[in-house]
Amino acid sequence: MKPVYLDNNATTRVDPQVVAAMLPYFTEQFGNPSSIHSFGASVGAAVKTARSRLQALLGAAHDHEIIYTSGGTEADNTAILSALEAMPERNEIVTSKVEHPAVLSLCQHLEKIGRAKAHYIGVDALGRIDIEAYRAALSDKVAVVSLMWANNETGTIFPIEGLADLAKQHGALFHTDAVQAVGKAPISLKDSAIDMLSLSGHKLHAPKGIGALYVKRGARFKPLLRGGHQERGRRAGTENTPGVIGLGKAAELAVAHMAEEQTRVKALRDRLEGGLLQRIPNCFVNGDLNDRLPNTCNIAFEYVEGEGILLHLTRAGIAASSGSACTSGSLEPSHVLRAMNIPFTAAHGSIRFSLSRDNDDEDVDRVLEVMPGILEKLRALSPFWAGDDKSGKEFKPVYA
Amino acid sequence: MWDYTDKVKDYFFNPKNAGVLAEANAIGEVGAIACGDALKLMLSVDPESEIIREAKFQTFGCGSAIASSSALTEIIIGKTLDDALKITNQDIADFLGGLPPEKMHCSVMGYEALQSAVANYRGEVWKDDHEEGELVCKCFGVDAGLIERAIKMNKLTTVEQVTDYTKAGGGCLTCFDKLEEILARTNAELVAEGVLAEHDAYRVGAADPKKIKEKAQAAKERESLTQISPLAPASPLPPLSAGLTNLQKIRLIEETIEELRPYLRKDGGDCELVDVEGSNVLVKLAGACVGCQMSSVTISGIQERLMAKLGFPVRVVPVGRNAH
Ligand SMILES: Cc1ncc(COP(=O)(O)O)c(C=O)c1O
Repeated sequence: MKPVYLDNNATTRVDPQVVAAMLPYFTEQFGNPSSIHSFGASVGAAVKTARSRLQALLGAAHDHEIIYTSGGTEADNTAILSALEAMPERNEIVTSKVEHPAVLSLCQHLEKIGRAKAHYIGVDALGRIDIEAYRAALSDKVAVVSLMWANNETGTIFPIEGLADLAKQHGALFHTDAVQAVGKAPISLKDSAIDMLSLSGHKLHAPKGIGALYVKRGARFKPLLRGGHQERGRRAGTENTPGVIGLGKAAELAVAHMAEEQTRVKALRDRLEGGLLQRIPNCFVNGDLNDRLPNTCNIAFEYVEGEGILLHLTRAGIAASSGSACTSGSLEPSHVLRAMNIPFTAAHGSIRFSLSRDNDDEDVDRVLEVMPGILEKLRALSPFWAGDDKSGKEFKPVYA
Repeated sequence: MWDYTDKVKDYFFNPKNAGVLAEANAIGEVGAIACGDALKLMLSVDPESEIIREAKFQTFGCGSAIASSSALTEIIIGKTLDDALKITNQDIADFLGGLPPEKMHCSVMGYEALQSAVANYRGEVWKDDHEEGELVCKCFGVDAGLIERAIKMNKLTTVEQVTDYTKAGGGCLTCFDKLEEILARTNAELVAEGVLAEHDAYRVGAADPKKIKEKAQAAKERESLTQISPLAPASPLPPLSAGLTNLQKIRLIEETIEELRPYLRKDGGDCELVDVEGSNVLVKLAGACVGCQMSSVTISGIQERLMAKLGFPVRVVPVGRNAH
């Protein structure tokens, strides 16, 4: 049976068209784009084309606003460290409790070494940002705001453009980790107040180890890596040219597939989610149903532990992931679920299915076929399961 | 995921003795759902011979917790209570061909459940019921008694091991000092009994002081990050009320939208109140706002104004616009 891959928020399959576009840049077009000779020049031109593809995907005003990086983590680190260095008169960071570790760990480290003070804005039970707390944290001491466009675990989307406007009123730089949003949600940067945006290739069918940081023209910037004059001196190091070409191709494909993400992929997700809620009692969706990525479905199943579900899914040839403690090696559920304060009866039983354009109806059917049996089996083992049959539609989690 | 042995996988996928034992005359329960694992062990003990005739379990927890519970029942069926009590958590792990170190607490849970069930049968109060031991790790509800037993039974000599075997300290780690103290004291007892070499025993502060500071610091950061004890029951979303009647709320919302309308119109857009559901304010965007990239700005703008006016959080939800 063909394996079913539903962990696209972790990483995606590289599109064969992306691979095909990259291949010549290993053995034929191997020149250094900085070289003047013909080996370099044609590569330089291709790197520029790739940049304009990313510009189009992001709706950016200028192609040189795109800086290639080694991925989302480097882009996030660069953005925050750059802002602190570029705004020496300010030393505060505003971020949220549900950010990716690429932002959170850095902020915690900066606090520990006394380099900055960080505000971690909380979220409500649906993962929506606490706007009041956000407004209260903003001041003219804030160098940078870093808030994610869409959450990797729940898919919940923050109202980023509005949040950026608020940051601007205090003169802070605004960065968004859009690693999960790029390619899945429409983005248009040119008229926004967003100064910096991170993206990562491997979340949009390009290879791992390539990404980009958008820096708005005129925004203050300090490089993380110093050395050669690549990327206009903003990110030194000979470009990962095959990666860059692959990212450019992936951006082109993402633009072409954007409507599909919002329609076909979303319909698949909705059918999966609706099917699970209908077939399995005592479960509910984690995240903001009104503002969510079209591909992400995070469901909490009461009275079971996520690792057991994943082990069964793995045996059935289905790949998904879990915010549960057991699978991560930590003893507590994910920081995102904890920040959302989801009911403790279900916090340990949350499973994330994340789709992409590679998925089809058959994949959804397979999950719908096996999940009820898995839950039944595990719940029969659970000392807390009393068999109360509250169907998904009627079932409301109890926030004790 | 975890590198489980084939036997662990087998006992997880095809657990033996799972379910409820209706005629149980000894029941042991340990753990809690909030802590991520719990085990209910049910035994049917022959009153004459004290032989365990049947054993069943129900477990909430990860793969290795379920496998450990099932293994425990397999080991003890047919044994007398006295023989069963001699079983250690290591015996459970060995039966399964070993457990990943971080999962050893699953075997300890099995051991504890058995002790509790036997005490229940004999009409004793199991020590674990917080009689003798004070609660040390609040994150996972682990008391001093369990920690001491796990240290003694497994000759644990580091704080990390104590966490692997009992989960104590696996959360906020504010109990680090207490764990150190218990570990040092219990190790000293083991040395006195001659079962632990003096130079292996843990001494308070033996962990690199820098590391301790870092851990405490990390704990503080985590605290500030979540500001909730792990899995404290959630508080509900505040309802859209705060003393106002529905009609008053709707009037206020309409007034606010009315105030904003000139600005929206200026940009060629418009907004109309459709309904109020709980704390959700459903609106219909019209004109240039529809499907516009910037509609989320509009929405967050309206939302902000509403919250300022109403004095409590609301969510503005656009309805009837093109999905985007
Ligand atoms: C929201 C978010 N930010 C950042 C990253 C890190 O990106 P990368 O793996 O390219 O470093 C990820 C992916 O794991 C992510 O989901």
